[in-house]
Amino acid sequence: MSASAVIFYVLASIAVLSAAMVIWSRYPVHSALYLVTTFLSVAGIYVLFEAEFVAAVQVLVYAGGIMVLFLFVILLVNLKDTLGPRVRLHATFSSLIGTAVVGLILYVYSQGRVPGSPGAAPMLREGGNLQAIGTSLYREYLLPFEIASVLLLVAMIGTIILARQKT
Amino acid sequence: MDPVLERVIVEAAVKIALVFFVVLTTVAYMTWVERRVSAWIQDRRGPNRVGPFGLLQPLADGIKFLFKEEITPPHVYRPVYLLAPILILVPALLTISVVPFGPALRLFGRDVPLRVADVDNGVLIILAFASMGVYGIALAGWSSNNKYSLMGGLRSSAQLISYELAMGLAIVGILMSAGSLRLSDVVARQAEHGWNVLWQLPGFVVFLTAAFAETNRLPFDLPEAETELVAGYHTEYSGMRFSMFYMAEYANMVTASCLAATLYLGGYHVPGLQRLGLPQNAAAIVQLLAFGIKVAFFLFVYVWVRWTIPRFRYDQLMNLGWKVLLPVALVHIVWVAFIVLMGWA
Amino acid sequence: MIDYIPIGLQMLAAAALAAGLMGLSTLLGRPARSRTDLSPYECGVDPFEPAGKRYTVRFYMVAMLFILFDIEAAFLYPWATVFRDLGLPGFLEMAVFIGVLLIGFVYCWRRGALDWD
Repeated sequence: MSASAVIFYVLASIAVLSAAMVIWSRYPVHSALYLVTTFLSVAGIYVLFEAEFVAAVQVLVYAGGIMVLFLFVILLVNLKDTLGPRVRLHATFSSLIGTAVVGLILYVYSQGRVPGSPGAAPMLREGGNLQAIGTSLYREYLLPFEIASVLLLVAMIGTIILARQKT
Repeated sequence: MDPVLERVIVEAAVKIALVFFVVLTTVAYMTWVERRVSAWIQDRRGPNRVGPFGLLQPLADGIKFLFKEEITPPHVYRPVYLLAPILILVPALLTISVVPFGPALRLFGRDVPLRVADVDNGVLIILAFASMGVYGIALAGWSSNNKYSLMGGLRSSAQLISYELAMGLAIVGILMSAGSLRLSDVVARQAEHGWNVLWQLPGFVVFLTAAFAETNRLPFDLPEAETELVAGYHTEYSGMRFSMFYMAEYANMVTASCLAATLYLGGYHVPGLQRLGLPQNAAAIVQLLAFGIKVAFFLFVYVWVRWTIPRFRYDQLMNLGWKVLLPVALVHIVWVAFIVLMGWA
Repeated sequence: MIDYIPIGLQMLAAAALAAGLMGLSTLLGRPARSRTDLSPYECGVDPFEPAGKRYTVRFYMVAMLFILFDIEAAFLYPWATVFRDLGLPGFLEMAVFIGVLLIGFVYCWRRGALDWD
């Protein structure tokens, strides 16, 4: 087995194990920390596949931004009773949906229709990963990029309205 | 094992050991410099008993910290409480890995670049690792189960993320002129076209201000404000665990100074050095020293500012971050875009 | 990928160092002896209120706005590196993007989401 394969299996098992622990652990803080671990190991896998920009953004936005918000909520709200009857109902539904999604992924995979494989990575490397993303994002995919700003705007206004409702 | 891989690993291991040694020594001596300079500014003497000029003081402090009473109060949430100092120290020691300290040195018949890693996402890696620093602080504050700690941890986390934004936007100007996220490209660009500080002054000011806030230094040290929060998020820590928070803070100061020097003061570039025609290794060492001097300058500014500007109030701090630095950083991007489009840069 | 191996190594080294320091001080440090050492520190007064009370919603708002602007910044980095090639059209594209976000920013500002008092 090559060195990169070893690294891949180590990172992948950490990612999957901590993802499982996100669900299994009883304390929200532990779940949050396991989720950060998952994000970080997935970032490692991105680096392995030469998608370094995606890796950096994964850490910057997911691990360093979104999880911080999660953590704020967990730390400040002092969640105690996590396993009420309502939560059990949620758990049933979400496990059904989760199983369905996993089934879908496995089905697509078995059909051999996986878009993009590790072999495609060296193409990105020519002239730099980031430059390739920059040119294609701001030349070919201009419209989706501009629409993203509208999404962000909606989220921003939503935040204000949700936060201001109670005062 | 693959011989190329083996060489990379051995070379990296040696460099990492050296970098850790230098950073940790600088951290230790910064505590001494800080106290001596503070004393000098306030017309006192400062630590001068342990060794000549008190130079052995950091060593004595280190040994003392190791043998101190290690208190784990019963009211803390143990697993997270013990994890927090590690979570805060690790990112602080990582950011420096992509900083170029100098050009390549000719050793054993091949060029050894004076940096741990040279990656094309350098600037993003720095921001990514820096964004991980929030966890240690927030979790230390929460797991301590002390209201001062929680308040300090919260304030600090909100402050860190706010100023991270301003810092990230200030850096965009640098990237626009360099056309790359690789830090050695940023240095090379400045060597050719002049230091960035000359024409990116607003960005520089925003970056430096944010760097002070990111390291929780005065005038932004509200999370630790002794008078109101009795040391904030590390109130309940003692001994080595307590000193790990300090090591992280000083290591962050060293990294921030390295970044300020690299991004705005030309990194290891020395104007006019090429004309002297020095041999490669001599030139490399001169440039390494020049980089050290630039970093030392910023470290001195850190202490200097501490005794010059009083602490902000929390609302002033948040206003400065969101209502002043953020808009200024955005306007700065337009300014840089204008210069670049006109072809003046 | 090989460029990133040193960073991975430094990560391991930093973790080992931090864990080592923790372990070393546990081995060498003296155990705490008195009971007052062990109560929450409140300047010598007995604690009068548990730490986990409710905090202002502004902290969430700051975190949320941070995420949104962080994503904006993530879009700016690849743009900045190819800015010279994109030229004026590239500048206008980004101006539209930031312009839309600025509407949100001004809205937040006017609604007092950025005020701390």
